[in-house]
Amino acid sequence: MSSSSVLYDLPGPKARLRNRILGVVSIAAIVALIAFVVYKFDQTGQFEARKWEQFQYVAVQREILSGLLATLKAAAVATVLALLFGAVFASARLSDRWLFRTPATFVVELFRAIPLLILIFFGYYVPLQYGWPIDKFWALVIGLTLYNGSVLAEIFRAGINAVPYGQSEGAYAVGLRKNQVLRLILLPQAFRAMLPAIVSQLVVLLKDTALGFIITYPELLFAGKQIGGRLAFGLPYVPTYLVIAAIYISICGLLSVLAWWLQKRLTRLPRSAAKPVPATQTDGGTGVTPL
Amino acid sequence: MGEFLRVLTDNASLFRDGFINTVKLFLIAGVGSLVLGTLLGAMRVSPIPALRAFGATYVNLIRNTPLTLVFAFLVFAVPKLDVNIDYFPSACIALTVYTSAFICEVVRSGVNTVATGQAEAARALGMTFAQVLTLIVLPQALRAMVPPLMSVLIAMLKNTTIAAGFSVLEAGAIPAYMAERGEPQFAVLTWIVIGFLILILPLVVLQRFLERKWAVAR
Amino acid sequence: MRMKRVAAVAMMASLALSAAACGKEGNPTPSGGGNASGGAQGDSCSTSGVTFTPKTDANVAGSQAFQKIKSAGKVVVGVKFDQPNLGYKDAQGKRCGFDIEIAQYVASTLGVDPAKIEYKEIQSANRETAIKGGEIDYYVGTYSITDKRKNDVSFAGPYFVAGQDLLVRKDDSSITGKDTLKGKKVCSATGSTPIQKVRDEGMTEPENIVEFKTYSECVSQLLDKKVDAVTTDDAILKGYAAQNPDELKVVGQPFSTEKYGIGLPKDDKAMRDYVNDQIEAAFTDGTWKKIYDGTLGKSGSPATPPQLERY
Repeated sequence: MSSSSVLYDLPGPKARLRNRILGVVSIAAIVALIAFVVYKFDQTGQFEARKWEQFQYVAVQREILSGLLATLKAAAVATVLALLFGAVFASARLSDRWLFRTPATFVVELFRAIPLLILIFFGYYVPLQYGWPIDKFWALVIGLTLYNGSVLAEIFRAGINAVPYGQSEGAYAVGLRKNQVLRLILLPQAFRAMLPAIVSQLVVLLKDTALGFIITYPELLFAGKQIGGRLAFGLPYVPTYLVIAAIYISICGLLSVLAWWLQKRLTRLPRSAAKPVPATQTDGGTGVTPL
Repeated sequence: MGEFLRVLTDNASLFRDGFINTVKLFLIAGVGSLVLGTLLGAMRVSPIPALRAFGATYVNLIRNTPLTLVFAFLVFAVPKLDVNIDYFPSACIALTVYTSAFICEVVRSGVNTVATGQAEAARALGMTFAQVLTLIVLPQALRAMVPPLMSVLIAMLKNTTIAAGFSVLEAGAIPAYMAERGEPQFAVLTWIVIGFLILILPLVVLQRFLERKWAVAR
Repeated sequence: MRMKRVAAVAMMASLALSAAACGKEGNPTPSGGGNASGGAQGDSCSTSGVTFTPKTDANVAGSQAFQKIKSAGKVVVGVKFDQPNLGYKDAQGKRCGFDIEIAQYVASTLGVDPAKIEYKEIQSANRETAIKGGEIDYYVGTYSITDKRKNDVSFAGPYFVAGQDLLVRKDDSSITGKDTLKGKKVCSATGSTPIQKVRDEGMTEPENIVEFKTYSECVSQLLDKKVDAVTTDDAILKGYAAQNPDELKVVGQPFSTEKYGIGLPKDDKAMRDYVNDQIEAAFTDGTWKKIYDGTLGKSGSPATPPQLERY
């Protein structure tokens, strides 16, 4: 970051002093807040050994691990399916034929407007209602796929549209056919433009698997509820949720780092004419969505 | 079809109460997260490193935590601080805490879309900080911010359904009540979807309108 | 720069996680005394010491449900996981409690080894759909027999009779029964019979009814003073009170009769009759009493087998 920002001039001696004072005050305020939370947690026994001793046991670690694996499994399968779904519907939306375009637009807009929780309920309860039970895993994966797939479709479309029009015009002018233009000219450039946005959407998808607990899919948060709900250990919800949050933050953080690294690498390559698809401008897409 | 309509008319009061609470959650958390999000955004572009670091940490922690877990902290951890908040306000706070991380990012990138040279030129002309902010930066930044802000708010509207898991009767809680009453889930869920479409459609139309209007003006 | 720091933190966190991944073997039993699981088979545990030997010649003529179980060689049983002494999943992943052992007993009479039971955690609100949809073969988990539910499923039993009661904080003397709940926050599981009763009879104001997916969450809220009472069947509440006698007590004024049945598919009378016969056998040969004494009996009072309701 450059030393001067849009809003502030380079500070002079007076401003530097004022900034330093404000800095000290805000550090003090932040430290006080953290200290208060830690003190209260300590006072109410959140750090007492009884509430944490469960985590020493292999069985409990295995419980967390299997929850984590269930989360990752659902996320992985849903990622693959959502990418496919997104690709299919994005190309339908980009089609010249309204017969493809209109239904695809309808589907994508519809699924983006339905809360993911309701989509998961659909996947779980409706087959049950008609006596055709569906595995909780698939109910969750279907919900995740429909929702995130629709968002990804929009990211893909935005990516293709981000390639300047002159590029495809030029390609048509030299005699390339439609699918050649898409394959040789648009996709390679669009791909780089939208990769960071795709990765941020995948972070969203990963976090969304936490909704699985509502239909008792045994994912990470569900495991946390079981561990935290053991009265014999003093109902250690706080310690357990702290551990679960740390796991989510590290995994999603790693994915975010990946997104950042990709963005860095891709902007270093000079040859894409497309501006990156900003994560925050594809509706919902981005960490900006649900959950 | 008659059966489908009956599900709605027989349970009209539940649907009404549920969606009223959804809208209330949306409005309260919407205002709350706009305020907190702008505040955090201001921290992130402020000249004070401690505040910048705090803003960045907040955003990175919250954005990488599932909303459900944020709710869980509000309901199960906050009481340990000897702070007793009822379930509906807890849900408002959880949504606010979560959504403001995203709003903060929108504010920050909105401000950053304004070229530094513009502000530098304004300062060279002798404008004060308030003048630079209100005359130069905000008019441009707001245009860049509004469409993504709308996206964030639409996402938040959908996110209110998570409150169902934390003892708030809103639209997302309706399926559980209906299961108790033995109503067919397909009809129930379809009505909920229709309810959300009615709520979201105007927001989407507004978003598209602003996007188009300002895209030309730029 | 910022992202690098985030990366570093993330790496440290994952390192810390992997470093922590070596721990004590064995059953985590807290210092405060918990439930030890003995005689474990598969996911099932048997604290009563009863061994459930599968019947080799089991047959239920004309039962579709039985054919399904027989061809699969296993049973899928719907249970609860958070009810101490009834249906509880301990820190080792073992299922323990009265309901679990009844489930094992039923499985063994159907010719299935209790080790072959696949447990599924089904929440109260989803039980009928899970049985109707065939997601589970039968359900054993504090499942009250009601006429309304008989429209969707059928019941064998009752194998136990409980009554709805209240769990309150030990120092709270303001709640003495169901008529003292006005203005108090009452918590129970979403979609359960007890909370419907509270709602239907207007024991407290609708805005004071609190619902969570599990009773443990309700108990946590009770201890945090966010609710004033947890209501459900005394059998469940006694389990919680027994684990935390310093802070919790059961009011002891039951205000309903909850007959626990085994939830079965609706139109399978052959299966229902068969399971009823087997429960009756357990009543008379003392198996039922042994199971009770080794689980629920540890925290409650002695009990006698209930009267079966065949239909």
